[in-house]
Amino acid sequence: MSVLPYLLAAWLLVIGLYGIVSSRNLIHLTVCVSVCQSATYVLLLAIGYKQRGTAPVFADIPTSRRTVDPVVQSLTLTDIVVAVAVSALLLSLALKAFDHHGSLDPAEMTELQG
Amino acid sequence: MSREARLALFGVSAVGFAALLAWGVAELPPFGHYAGPYGDLIAKLAPQQRHMANTVTAVVFDYRGFDTMGEELLLFAAASSVALLLRERREHEVEDVVEPVRSEASAAVGALAAVVTLVVALDVVAHGFITPGGGFQGGVVLAAAVMSLFLAVDYGRYARIGKSTHTEPIEAFGAGAYVALGLVSFAFGLAFLENFMELGVFGRLSSGGSAILVNWSSALAVAGGFLVIFGEYLQENMAERHGRRKLP
Repeated sequence: MSVLPYLLAAWLLVIGLYGIVSSRNLIHLTVCVSVCQSATYVLLLAIGYKQRGTAPVFADIPTSRRTVDPVVQSLTLTDIVVAVAVSALLLSLALKAFDHHGSLDPAEMTELQG
Repeated sequence: MSREARLALFGVSAVGFAALLAWGVAELPPFGHYAGPYGDLIAKLAPQQRHMANTVTAVVFDYRGFDTMGEELLLFAAASSVALLLRERREHEVEDVVEPVRSEASAAVGALAAVVTLVVALDVVAHGFITPGGGFQGGVVLAAAVMSLFLAVDYGRYARIGKSTHTEPIEAFGAGAYVALGLVSFAFGLAFLENFMELGVFGRLSSGGSAILVNWSSALAVAGGFLVIFGEYLQENMAERHGRRKLP
């Protein structure tokens, strides 16, 4: 039980990577990148969690209360906002690729093949 | 490389990767038993040292303000790139779009919802150092307030407020003000982005010192960035539907 959240983060990362490797569609690929990113949120929040810890906001609780780590929470919140913008950028790149190749399948973009 | 070979290679490396991850996870403190002193110290110090009740926002805009500047410039770069990439595909902005269906009732409710969302957004930003919220979250809600005009009222009404000549300066001003506030700290002989104002009273709107200004500048940058991205995709969609695409 005590390692389950970490395993969930690892699972999200690996299944996202599998999606990226096996993707046949650039929009699907963008969603897979988001899945990989969500692994980092789960990992960060899991590391900062403390049993019976409450939110680290002391507006209406005494400062002696046990709270979870505020640092990982702030990393996660800025990351979520930025991840949306990055997804938007990836989708606009997918649009450009569609203009260029007439397809969203990475396998059909033969100039990219090494 | 063929698809099968790629998947086989991935399978092999995934097994190795999984072993590494399992090894790393085994050494982590058990879930619920946070070990590091850093988070505990911030949670203890922020209320006394910075007069901030919400220690998460204290980390975002004060203790790690420099880090957040990086995140924000990332957002700025992403929004600008979306505009750059998508604008190349269109000849000009689409205007005078006539909506085929319009309902006065839904428009009235939508306008009301936009106003309520706007107030909520300002509340979330303003109370960032007291209750959960802050510039990043509030900025997204602020952008949503403008977007709801398009959803519920009509494109023309939205376009008048959310056009790129409005949203781009907001985004740029927010990002620029964030960096400028860091430089102002230098003028006071402090480190970059270090708090240079009166810290105010704990639990009041005034608490937070100059991080309040950083908070608001990031709200503008995030709201502007999201509106730029939304506006570009919307223009894209409108150009597609109304046939003003540039001919190839």
